[in-house]
Amino acid sequence: MRLIIITLLGLGLATAVGLGATWITATRGTDLGTLTIGAWTARPRIGSAEIDPYSRAAIARSGELPIGAGDGLAFLAKADDAQRPLDGRCEVIIAGITPAARFWTLTLHDRKGYLVANSLQRHGFTSQEIVRNSDGSFAVHVAARARAGNWLPTGGIERYVLMLRLYDTPVGVGTRTRRDAPMPSVTTEKCS
Amino acid sequence: MIRLLFAIAGGILLGGIVHLVSVLALPRIASQDAYSRLTEIATLNAVTPLPPAEPANVLMPYMDPAFAVAICRYDLSDGSIKLTVPVSEAYTSVSFYTQSNVAYYAINDRSAGRKVIELNLMTEAQHAELPEEEDVTAADRLIIDSPSTTGLIVLKALAPEPGMMEQARSSLAAAKCRLQTEPPVVKPETKR
Repeated sequence: MRLIIITLLGLGLATAVGLGATWITATRGTDLGTLTIGAWTARPRIGSAEIDPYSRAAIARSGELPIGAGDGLAFLAKADDAQRPLDGRCEVIIAGITPAARFWTLTLHDRKGYLVANSLQRHGFTSQEIVRNSDGSFAVHVAARARAGNWLPTGGIERYVLMLRLYDTPVGVGTRTRRDAPMPSVTTEKCS
Repeated sequence: MIRLLFAIAGGILLGGIVHLVSVLALPRIASQDAYSRLTEIATLNAVTPLPPAEPANVLMPYMDPAFAVAICRYDLSDGSIKLTVPVSEAYTSVSFYTQSNVAYYAINDRSAGRKVIELNLMTEAQHAELPEEEDVTAADRLIIDSPSTTGLIVLKALAPEPGMMEQARSSLAAAKCRLQTEPPVVKPETKR
């Protein structure tokens, strides 16, 4: 009798540990093969045949199609430079320059990856739309209320993510540091 | 007591195996992955434009709203695919995915180097059947080997400004994805 109970306990533990670990890695992702620069994280191998099993599982679960490596690379930011989660009720400033690329787009998504409704119907900027400073740098204000300059509305949602996609870029598997790929800073200013 | 410890240790070990198996199995058993989502709306071996990325569109997460997107779901069991995509003004790319959402190849307008991206997609077996001579003479013809019989081709055209979206859509509307039941290159009669 005791043997049965102990065996069941072991099997139950195996199921819980195994499926729990799978759920966590498929939902949150792993650090396997990631490239992190400041607040931004990319997976250079996600758009190639060398994709790791954890990323494959995460993609199958979320339903997204990763950008092919010959097409571009996507950087995701869930928090600012101080590790504070991006809050749609605060003003967040994305400032600086981007790595070399023919085009880039900066898009605001909710935590599930969908676009957020707003009255302006603006969901992001392309590198061509953005207003730059005289030295080529730019600043995007991500806020619920209108701002001067490059304003990206949050729709007032609590949590969001930012995606900076570089198209036709040399940034990829060989990139290691900020010097190869200077990513813009992400800072949270005042919250309302 | 020792039995209990043994059960816990065994359970954790077995849990590790459960975890590995479930991570590897997840892409196969997922029913909400991108390929399954797109199968419902895409006709086989033809170009299907995707609805524009907007908050009401929950087709796939993390879609870039700056792009017009069209897909061609292919099945190579009856022949190879000939794909022609006219290049739009800003940026055009073609990405290839297997039915398990692995991006195995992607090319953009600049690396294609022409006004029209033209390529043949076939399985490795079909590629091997091509007459060798033809393969050489058609060196500038792009042949892509698909690792799987079925998969997805994603065509994307960038609209650098919202006003250029119509243009990007119409350039993709002219794209063609056709099944070629006959060999891609007709053998000369003189052979054999």
